[in-house]
Amino acid sequence: MATEQTVGKLMKNGLWSENPVFVLLLGMCPTLGVTSSVENGLGMGIATAFVLVMSNLVISMLRKVIPKKMRIPCFIVIIASFVTIVEMLMQAFSPALYRSLGLFIPLIVVNCIVLGRAEAFASKNGLFKSMVDGVAMGAGFTLALAAMGAVRELLGNGTLLNVNMVGSSYHPVLMMIMPPGAFLTLGFLLALMNWINRKAAARKEA
Amino acid sequence: MDVSTIFLLSIYAMLINNVVLMQFLGICPYLGVSRKIETSLGMGMAVIFVMTLATALTWIVERGILVPFDIVFLRTIAFILIIAALVQFVEIFMKKMMPALYQSLGIYLPLITTNCAILGTAILAVQKDYNFLTALVFAVATGMGFLIAIVMFASIRERLDTADMPEIMKGVPAALITASILSMAFMGFAGLVRM
Repeated sequence: MATEQTVGKLMKNGLWSENPVFVLLLGMCPTLGVTSSVENGLGMGIATAFVLVMSNLVISMLRKVIPKKMRIPCFIVIIASFVTIVEMLMQAFSPALYRSLGLFIPLIVVNCIVLGRAEAFASKNGLFKSMVDGVAMGAGFTLALAAMGAVRELLGNGTLLNVNMVGSSYHPVLMMIMPPGAFLTLGFLLALMNWINRKAAARKEA
Repeated sequence: MDVSTIFLLSIYAMLINNVVLMQFLGICPYLGVSRKIETSLGMGMAVIFVMTLATALTWIVERGILVPFDIVFLRTIAFILIIAALVQFVEIFMKKMMPALYQSLGIYLPLITTNCAILGTAILAVQKDYNFLTALVFAVATGMGFLIAIVMFASIRERLDTADMPEIMKGVPAALITASILSMAFMGFAGLVRM
């Protein structure tokens, strides 16, 4: 029973109350850089989630072996290894996605979410909890990227997952899939999140 | 490599393909250390410094070790370790030899290891097959682009702090919308130089 509760709590943390993108403001570069479509956002989210789960697992296994003072370089090597694996897998199995994500795949190494969870969670908790935390944080990140991608693709291209949603009379706002649109979308999504949280807090008080 | 190529490459890396506003690299320090003009200036200088050193060093390692031994797939691991070690080394060296400079830039140095602009620029420089001198110019200009973007952003944010706006937009949402408008302005440079 207790484990079920922690799983639920960790999932809720990752998806909403400690969402890596919208609340912790970590991993901003890929969030802004690759979300010109839902497909790219999902691809990046899943790649990062994979690295997050695997590095959390390995770091949690090795947490008693790694000396305290050398931990950051050790974490970086572990993370970079999994990033290299993801890079090779993507290149082999989905070359189109590999090309459109480009530079942002090797940059998963410096994504603060991965190192942040390794330092704050996996190096202090057991195997199972660390894995669940990786899944939850990865899912939260993927969800945020997909949401960003959905808004930008719908407004900027009139499609969702490459399916036309709005008919031919709609003139796409091209700016939304260009760099300024990324900042704009994230700004308004954060404002929306603030608004929802304030409403919830006000309801609790009443 | 003549002077006009250097000039065109600098304009390209600094304005047209601005590292923050067009390529979305180094967003974390861009949002995190841009509350005051002085701190943003310090961060920008530290980025130029480390970026130039890191690009030079990783270029040498790529051409001297990774390519001859056919282990280019280890690039990500090798580069991030070099950058992490370099930052540590620069910090120690500065503390001993240049205490005045350390006083002003020191606190930003540890933050730079996880700055994706550094790793990104190093990877781009070898991916684009630049020669050593071109890679150096590219790194300096990219760093200057970061400095311009962050100082402009900080000066606007200082004014924003006192502005009257809806409660839900205060802080990061307003900053992001400012960045969006800045980015729109930088789009005006597109087409200035063809690279």
